[in-house]
Amino acid sequence: MTIPHKKAPNKTLQIRPSPHISGGASVEKIMANVILALMPTVLFAIYLFGLAALVTILIGTFSCLLTEYLFCKANGKPSSISDNSIIITGVLYSLTLPPGLPLWMVCIGGIIAVLLGKLLFGGLGYNLFNPALVGRAFLQAAFPSAMTTWYPAMNADRFTSLPLSTLTFPFTTPSYDTISSATPLAAMKFDQILTDSSDLFLGLSSGSLGETSSLLILTGGIYLIARRMMRWQIPAGIFITVVIISTITHNISPNTYPSAQFMLFSGGLMLGAMFMATDMVASPITAKGCFIYGLLIGVLVMIIRLWGGMPEGVMYAILFANAVSPHIDRWTQPRPYGYRKTKS
Amino acid sequence: MEIRTKVINSHDKTPSHSDEFIKGLWRENPVFVQVLGMCPTLAVTNSAINALAMGLATFFVIVMSNTLVSLLRHAIPQQVRIASYILIIATFVTLVDYLLQAMSLTLHQALGAFVPLIVVNCVILGRAEAFASKNSAARSFLDGAGMGLGFTLGLLCLGMVRELLGSGSLFGFMLLPDNFEKWTIMLLPGGGFFTLGLWLLVINYFNRRKVQS
Repeated sequence: MTIPHKKAPNKTLQIRPSPHISGGASVEKIMANVILALMPTVLFAIYLFGLAALVTILIGTFSCLLTEYLFCKANGKPSSISDNSIIITGVLYSLTLPPGLPLWMVCIGGIIAVLLGKLLFGGLGYNLFNPALVGRAFLQAAFPSAMTTWYPAMNADRFTSLPLSTLTFPFTTPSYDTISSATPLAAMKFDQILTDSSDLFLGLSSGSLGETSSLLILTGGIYLIARRMMRWQIPAGIFITVVIISTITHNISPNTYPSAQFMLFSGGLMLGAMFMATDMVASPITAKGCFIYGLLIGVLVMIIRLWGGMPEGVMYAILFANAVSPHIDRWTQPRPYGYRKTKS
Repeated sequence: MEIRTKVINSHDKTPSHSDEFIKGLWRENPVFVQVLGMCPTLAVTNSAINALAMGLATFFVIVMSNTLVSLLRHAIPQQVRIASYILIIATFVTLVDYLLQAMSLTLHQALGAFVPLIVVNCVILGRAEAFASKNSAARSFLDGAGMGLGFTLGLLCLGMVRELLGSGSLFGFMLLPDNFEKWTIMLLPGGGFFTLGLWLLVINYFNRRKVQS
């Protein structure tokens, strides 16, 4: 190394491999855009469920933030809150919860989501599974009854009072208001009551906070795809499989199996396909891999919905596909130019 | 089944008799340090009483088989030693199986197939192969007792946490108030993995801190 001459202009020759032009994308920017894309869904959830949605989303996000902050502090690492990814985890996690879920359960799920789903694997970029879904899956297995009690949408006093169950004392069994309603999928599966598809599309039905309006979720997703911050192959793969399988089964037996429209717009499929399955860390890298990953999720969702014991299976389908995505990456590894496969 | 053994006798002089007993409790705990015998550890620890019964059954088998293997260590030919150890272990497992059935049929049914499966518990075979076949009967007895007690403690650690959160009770007595919301997952296999992982986290944290200071 030579010391540059004092009069020489302050420019150094940099030699480095391509790419030379960067798009200016950073974790912070992409995550901020995802938050922006989620905003319509969040606001609609608050409109639909009132204060119950607001406190659930606030507490869910705050518990995730606090867990990450305290973990980084306890380990003497620089805080990783500022990359915005934890806010997305928190908001997405809250959107998967039913309105009126006791807030202490919301907190526990948030802690589990961030601690077990993300931090213990090594933080952002190392998580095998979508952290938000890890938190939800834990709650679903730990508190099955609370997670399947649904507070109805569009309650008259939703902006003035909270559901009885929300403020349950920590670690005690919640008591519910007398009014509760079934989700469209549960109504279909257990009582054969079909909800109107246009209601589902616009979101005027009960369910988890973020699984109501397909229209708004699609808008957010298309925004992200247009800005190339999301792989369109993943939702495309999911939608194609769901449409094909449900069309076939619907034509075989229209009374037992609902139509493709119903399947697409009900439950967590939209939110899962657009925002959960497309988790950049837990999904495959190549375009072809993403499409296969989408197909796999679609098939699993349909198997669970049609023949499984539960009405909804998007969460388990995505978690399962997350586990398989490293293998999909290995199968779809692009062939370098000039490389020939050797017979072995 | 993978058998990992640790060489700990880094110092030259042979460890004292009490050391052979104590090492199984914490330093070489079969559950938390050697991470052996995971099948019963995860499967039957959904309540403290199940964990205790499983631990004591294993304790009996490991003490007896260690002693007998050690006594017979010069008589057993090298080539068939594993088969001979399994035969010895299986004898004591059969004894425990019948004993448990006679003492408490409900407990026996709760433990199910996992009592006969003690035969293939790698802690027991591991101790026979790595320790009892090379040491005197007295040392093998103490080693087996330490390991068996360590295993029981490990199982109890898991079983107590899982029963407390999963059913709100401890050894069948309701400890938490009636309106405690039970964590169903703790009674499911997933809860076993969670609890084991968190115990390993805690124990490794303390062990590492001890090494650093």
